[in-house]
Amino acid sequence: MDLETWAKVVPELPKLLQGLLVNVEILLGLISLGFVVGVGAALLEVYAPRPVGFLASAYTWFFRGVPEIVLLFLFYFGFDQFGIKISAFLAAVLALGFRSSAYQAQIFRGALLSIPAGQVMAARALGLSRLGAIRYVVLPQALRLSLAGWSNEFSSVLKDTTLAWGIGVVEVTRQASYIRATDFTLTLPLYLTVALLFLVLTYAGNFAIGMAEKRLRVPGLEGRR
Amino acid sequence: MPLLRVEDLHKRYGHEEVLKGVSLTLEPGETKVVIGPSGTGKSTLLRCINRLTEPDRGRVWLGDLEVTARGADLNKIRAQIGFVFQDFNLFTHLTALDNVRLGLLKVRRMGRREATERAMAELERVGLKAKASAYPAQLSGGQQQRVSIARALAMDPKLILFDEPTSALDPELIGEVLSVMIELAREGMTMIVVTHEMGFARSVADEIVFMEGGVIVEQGPPEVLFRSPKVPRTGEFLRKISELYGEAG
Amino acid sequence: MNFVFDPSWLPKLAQGLSLTLQLTAYCMALGAGLGLLLGLLRVYGGGRFSPLYWLASAYVHFFRGTPLLVQLLTIYFGLPSVGIVLGPFQAGLLAMTLNTAAYQAEYFRGAIQSVKAGQMLAARAVGMSRPQAVRHVILPQALRLVIPPWSNELIYMLKYSSIVSMTALRPETWDLFGVGRQIASRNFRYFEVYILVALFYLALVLLFTVALRWVEGRVRVPGLGTPGRGV
Repeated sequence: MDLETWAKVVPELPKLLQGLLVNVEILLGLISLGFVVGVGAALLEVYAPRPVGFLASAYTWFFRGVPEIVLLFLFYFGFDQFGIKISAFLAAVLALGFRSSAYQAQIFRGALLSIPAGQVMAARALGLSRLGAIRYVVLPQALRLSLAGWSNEFSSVLKDTTLAWGIGVVEVTRQASYIRATDFTLTLPLYLTVALLFLVLTYAGNFAIGMAEKRLRVPGLEGRR
Repeated sequence: MPLLRVEDLHKRYGHEEVLKGVSLTLEPGETKVVIGPSGTGKSTLLRCINRLTEPDRGRVWLGDLEVTARGADLNKIRAQIGFVFQDFNLFTHLTALDNVRLGLLKVRRMGRREATERAMAELERVGLKAKASAYPAQLSGGQQQRVSIARALAMDPKLILFDEPTSALDPELIGEVLSVMIELAREGMTMIVVTHEMGFARSVADEIVFMEGGVIVEQGPPEVLFRSPKVPRTGEFLRKISELYGEAG
Repeated sequence: MNFVFDPSWLPKLAQGLSLTLQLTAYCMALGAGLGLLLGLLRVYGGGRFSPLYWLASAYVHFFRGTPLLVQLLTIYFGLPSVGIVLGPFQAGLLAMTLNTAAYQAEYFRGAIQSVKAGQMLAARAVGMSRPQAVRHVILPQALRLVIPPWSNELIYMLKYSSIVSMTALRPETWDLFGVGRQIASRNFRYFEVYILVALFYLALVLLFTVALRWVEGRVRVPGLGTPGRGV
């Protein structure tokens, strides 16, 4: 693995970055889906009547206990079997998104439960409805408290987007395999480059979340990392 | 017509009956101070009045509106009854101004500009206009409690319930909160105050209610209760509490 | 929509289960050894400018900051070009071990650092050397504290072991998921097979969770532990 071999990776960088863009697209899709479903599931777990809350817990338990790859194959091939045709990209967003929603639900649930009961009581005493109290008092606090856990989830799902490789999404690792097939001597530098790209993305993402955290910080409402 | 009428309230937590039939009335402009040993249902009584706690039995009227009626619009009723908590319960994520403004915006549906003006006026009234943009964690306990009084006042309540408003405060911070409350009483606000501050009770209360064991033992004007209580237990309690907390306030 | 279930799938999946368990157990054990070493280096390795600390930190950052799949592909497809040829099982196990070691290092570091500073002082005051103090006072406490995050890690690796068949589908990589893929690709009952595979994993997760709670309870010491749990 000499400098010459490494130099041959440079012209391939645009293709790799093109692949990486797909990872970022999957990431944005899955984390948004996971956020919406996760907040919903956490609210149901904490506030909904028993049977509904139980269903929400069962949902998060399922998606936390099954490997990502099994979920990917289940969504991509399993639905196809019933004539529901979805693209590999969409299957990846859905499978990884629902998985992430289960983890995000756990983060939000913890945050919701850590807000003192007096906050809701004070809101109700003002005449806010239960929903109003949740919307204006509990949620804004819980979302801030979950930022730390959420940033962990971000770095974890960013890396998991590569698993979409397994169902044929042309993301960065698959791009690397394609390039590799044209010149096998490039294998090691190629994969190391991919690894490096992820290191950069992970740290850039964490930095951005850290900045957001700072901007949204409220004295007396610090999340624990 | 009395502003508030409470009739035969009962409340039980598990085996313990905290309220065993409490009745009282409150005239407009009246200040009633509820005293008594801890754990005798004073806080529960206040919370049953605006149904933050659901009473098991008994009825409550605000004017001619029955609070305890089935299907009563609780949010509308609570918006008319101010509540000041022992541990303030200011909304942690909101500045002092936003704490006062939240109810105006979301419950009273006031416009933003008007709500801000009103909230600033209430903060000024409790002497904290300068702290409008501070978060609760940046305020002292006394300041937090004054903001929470401003939050209650902003809603134009018909009466305010104070649940031991100075019990969580360091001794040197009690005075600033009491003086705001004394001012309110002078201006004719109708209030029920649960407190151990006997000096406050003596100088501000129109009537003192002594509760013990879930019932009202005795009630009457402070001169009478302090000088010649009818029930010996009342005198005993007042002597003890005066020794503990002093009479200044 | 009708569902198909063939009982002959079960013994095959059970065989895959055994490979999954082996992978998980080996990588967790080897990862614990390496992780503990890295964790100790990160705490006692001589501060920010010592090469040992620096190496351990670089290792942890690299393996936590890059995808396991990329690590696996690098090892399986990339290392042969520098003369290291590994079979798919060995490559999978190596990738999982190196990966989990980085995460476990962080858990060990966190646990070591959450042991109160006075414990080290007291041990030194009794006349113990630093390594002695670490061995007899700090670690016995830290290892107890590390059980909850370590349990999570175990479950993560149990699930990630499904990655081995990503390099090659050969009998030596027929773990639970690999077997599932085999069955499904033959009879096209993807949905049923993968649901069944999912249930196998869920059962394992449940089993591990219960077992580790039990262990945690067994080794619990009054006054030592996360607040809200125990004591």
